[in-house]
Amino acid sequence: MIPELGHFALALALALSLAQSILGLVGAQRRDARLMAATGPLATGILIATAGAFAALVWCFVVNDTTVSNVVQNSHSAKPLLYKISGSWGSHEGSMILWVLILALCGGAVAGFGGNLPSTLQARVQAVLALIGVGFLAFILATSNPFDRVWPPKPDGEGLNPILQDPGLAFHPPLLYLGYVGFAVTFAFAVAALIEGRVDAAWGRWVRPWALAAWSFLTLGIALGSWWAYYELGWGGYWFWDPVENASLLPWLAGCALLHSAVVVEKREALKTWTVFLALLAFGLSLLGTFLVRSGVLTSVHAFANDPERGVFILILLGIYIGGAFLLFAWRAAAMTPTGVFAPLSREGALVLNNLLLCSLAAVVLIGTLYPMFADLLLKEKISVGPPFFNTATLPLAVPLVLAMAAGPLMPWKRARLWPVLQRLWWAALLGLGAFLLCLAIEGIRIGPALGFAAAAWAIAAAFADVADRIALFSRPQAAWARARGLPRAAWGGALGHAGLGVMILGLAGMGLATDKLALLKPGEHAEIGGYTYTLRGIEDVRGANFTARQAIVEVTRDGAPVVTMTPQKRNFPVARMTTSEAAIHTNWLADLYVVLGEERDGGAVLRIHHNPLAPWIWLGAAIMALGGGISLSDRRVRISAPAAKAAKAAARA
Amino acid sequence: MSEAATPSRRRLLLLAPLGIAAAAGAGFYAMLRGLSTGEYNPKGVPSALIGKPVPEFDLPPLEGADRPGLASTDLRSLPRPVLVNFYASWCVPCLIEHPQLMKLAREGVPVMGVAYKDKPADALGFIRKHGNPYQRIGVDAPGRAAIDWGLYGVPETYLIDKQGIIRWRYAGPITEDTVVAELRPLLQRFA
Amino acid sequence: MMKVLTMLLALATPALAAVSDPAEMLRDPAQEERARAIGRELRCMVCQNQSIEDSDAELARDLRRIVREQVSAGRSDAEVLRFLHDRYGDFVLLRPPVKAATLLLWGAPVIALAGGLLLIRSSRRRRATPVPAAELTTAERARLASIEGGRDA
Repeated sequence: MIPELGHFALALALALSLAQSILGLVGAQRRDARLMAATGPLATGILIATAGAFAALVWCFVVNDTTVSNVVQNSHSAKPLLYKISGSWGSHEGSMILWVLILALCGGAVAGFGGNLPSTLQARVQAVLALIGVGFLAFILATSNPFDRVWPPKPDGEGLNPILQDPGLAFHPPLLYLGYVGFAVTFAFAVAALIEGRVDAAWGRWVRPWALAAWSFLTLGIALGSWWAYYELGWGGYWFWDPVENASLLPWLAGCALLHSAVVVEKREALKTWTVFLALLAFGLSLLGTFLVRSGVLTSVHAFANDPERGVFILILLGIYIGGAFLLFAWRAAAMTPTGVFAPLSREGALVLNNLLLCSLAAVVLIGTLYPMFADLLLKEKISVGPPFFNTATLPLAVPLVLAMAAGPLMPWKRARLWPVLQRLWWAALLGLGAFLLCLAIEGIRIGPALGFAAAAWAIAAAFADVADRIALFSRPQAAWARARGLPRAAWGGALGHAGLGVMILGLAGMGLATDKLALLKPGEHAEIGGYTYTLRGIEDVRGANFTARQAIVEVTRDGAPVVTMTPQKRNFPVARMTTSEAAIHTNWLADLYVVLGEERDGGAVLRIHHNPLAPWIWLGAAIMALGGGISLSDRRVRISAPAAKAAKAAARA
Repeated sequence: MSEAATPSRRRLLLLAPLGIAAAAGAGFYAMLRGLSTGEYNPKGVPSALIGKPVPEFDLPPLEGADRPGLASTDLRSLPRPVLVNFYASWCVPCLIEHPQLMKLAREGVPVMGVAYKDKPADALGFIRKHGNPYQRIGVDAPGRAAIDWGLYGVPETYLIDKQGIIRWRYAGPITEDTVVAELRPLLQRFA
Repeated sequence: MMKVLTMLLALATPALAAVSDPAEMLRDPAQEERARAIGRELRCMVCQNQSIEDSDAELARDLRRIVREQVSAGRSDAEVLRFLHDRYGDFVLLRPPVKAATLLLWGAPVIALAGGLLLIRSSRRRRATPVPAAELTTAERARLASIEGGRDA
């Protein structure tokens, strides 16, 4: 019964979305207040229907309803409850339900928090969001229905891939989708602006919070995925430039450019064309990622197994949404007139440089990701484009970005002189240079990590310099504290965001100094690395909810004093017939101690021990970046519209 | 001021995203079509040795198989093209393709075998149980000779022409379709 | 067809317990580091987007052994990579070789930057000649007059 209700809810959501898209567009075109007012309740209706479908699916998983084929393929009664729930979005079908749920949430959020938007814009945004929903709900109902039944019911499910039974991975898709689908809102804003034929400062102000929200969630989602790979896959890697990872990085880069570019539209009414394009691009890249992962054209550990027929459906959807949006762009963007004039050296100029570098990075990652596929198709050449390419190709773009990121926030609008800006950054440069020389002086540190430390020091110090400059900390220190309290949150958010990137670079540079040791140890023997001594005490059997494991007990000491006991495991999942390796990680925040258990032989066990300096700071930095985004978002100035719009509304009603 | 020229150039620039997206879309569509026909195969890798002579190797014979060993000198100048098939007893697809090899051998196509990373007893048991299509069998227990051939899995089958040049490599179990569609035309071509 | 492919893929052992063997490692840490750096440039042919250093598949292990043999025999990095390139083709190199087919790939950073700069330059030139404000029509002029002279906003 519940699966059928869920199925019905999906169909209901589709019908409501169809109504929403028609009513919203027609209403806005005719300026019919009644039709436009209907978009709010409709958005609520779509949300309720989609949430109902999602709840039905989760219910099926929780009760382990084996008459539902999706449950049979992806779940098992022995799975812990958390993973039964997260298993509902672990498959292609289930994850699509999550996708449309978040889309519906976005529609509800725009209806709920967008009270300050002019009704035509609100109606059009809702219509575009609903239009996207129509396509994907149709896709689900036609090709990927999670509520398909199987009869007679199987005795139990076939279990979920044990790698996916992990808290990190449980939350990775929701956060990621909040990012991907969050950019649908900025996409809708851009399309609405193009239809209306007007992009102005107010639009820039309205778009920014949605861009910030989507970007912050995407930052967290990507960071979580990377962290998960680090502790789960067992050799300390955290980013592989895998095509699916790149597919998440691309909207992040475009979204980063977008949220910076929107500031220029808001403050100076310039860069309109570029900002609208970025809004279209960010969601377009999200959709591209959806296509790549689910169509079968990619080989990747992340890709869902799929048949090309689904791929064609998604490709058609892409054609409609991206093609339609770019067509609209080509047709209407010419009408947008820039009014702000600025010198090349100015904050606008710095933001243009920011756009240029981020977009170039996105282009390089996009070309590198798609190249093997297209070279195979067009030239019949099989090549591999792996981490060596991406690292080499992105570095020359990333370095100027980090350098300029420091100077940009300190530049005034319209026209700046470089020397005063650099003067305010003198101590950041000194710290950077000092870090570089210090690292080179310490024996064994190569030039790559040393440059990384320098860049990180520069970026973090520059963020401090930005805040210090705004509160005149050094020039007029008496009232600095009061000024700091009065400093708008968006300023703190921006500085925090940039500092977060610096912290992340610090972590990356630290990982460049990582060392590891492979040793075959019998109980009682030890190995030394990074100043710590690892002694194997023994290996024992342990049981988990749905696995049995061999666990090694490793005592870690430093200069004779005990530090921690680590227990890496090799788990065996009988249902899925898989073994996984659970690394034992201990962090003292300055380094990660990382131990993996290998095969057992000759009475002992092979252990691989890593010493990863500053590793947690990679994800800490990402969290700080997302926090910066969140703090900016909480700034009321960012969310409330310009007063002129409110007065105009009042006059219109009079 | 060339106002007339710049709007059209701007228009062209604004159309560029659409153009690029359309081209990419066409490419993706071709890939999807190719996936179902088998023409586009992201997982397959062509051999780097096509058109090159057989690499140098000398493998000992399989004990008890009553066949001589296999060396590169045996593949230098031949009266007709031959197949070299890498197999192993622990390889399930090898078992699946085995009837095809038997059939080809019965038709008179010379098939040479290489037992890859297999204990000689197991390799012998495999052909004792399922039939022996091979005229010669080399034992490559460490798998080193196979790497010289650019092998990355078993089964793999190579077609060598009369001059000892590698002309075709098939990675995976040979099916009847493969034989009909790909192998026979090649055997005729290099006969 | 799909069944065949899945079976072939079944040969690839899941690269989850990638710890490898201490006996594999070279004595000299500098040489071992060199061997690892070379290994990170080589693709594991039976895995999905992993280097031979990150994978525990049998083929990866064999290739790691070959790399270490050659490094301790004194071959240069380029020679070792060429050895494997001769046998496995371009696909085994994670850093694609620079040739006619990959010019667009390796040129991507420069092309993207140059393209972006050209766009910026052309848009600045366009902005240098601002579009004149459209003239008001008679009706609009009258309306403006009534707003200014009559009721206040």
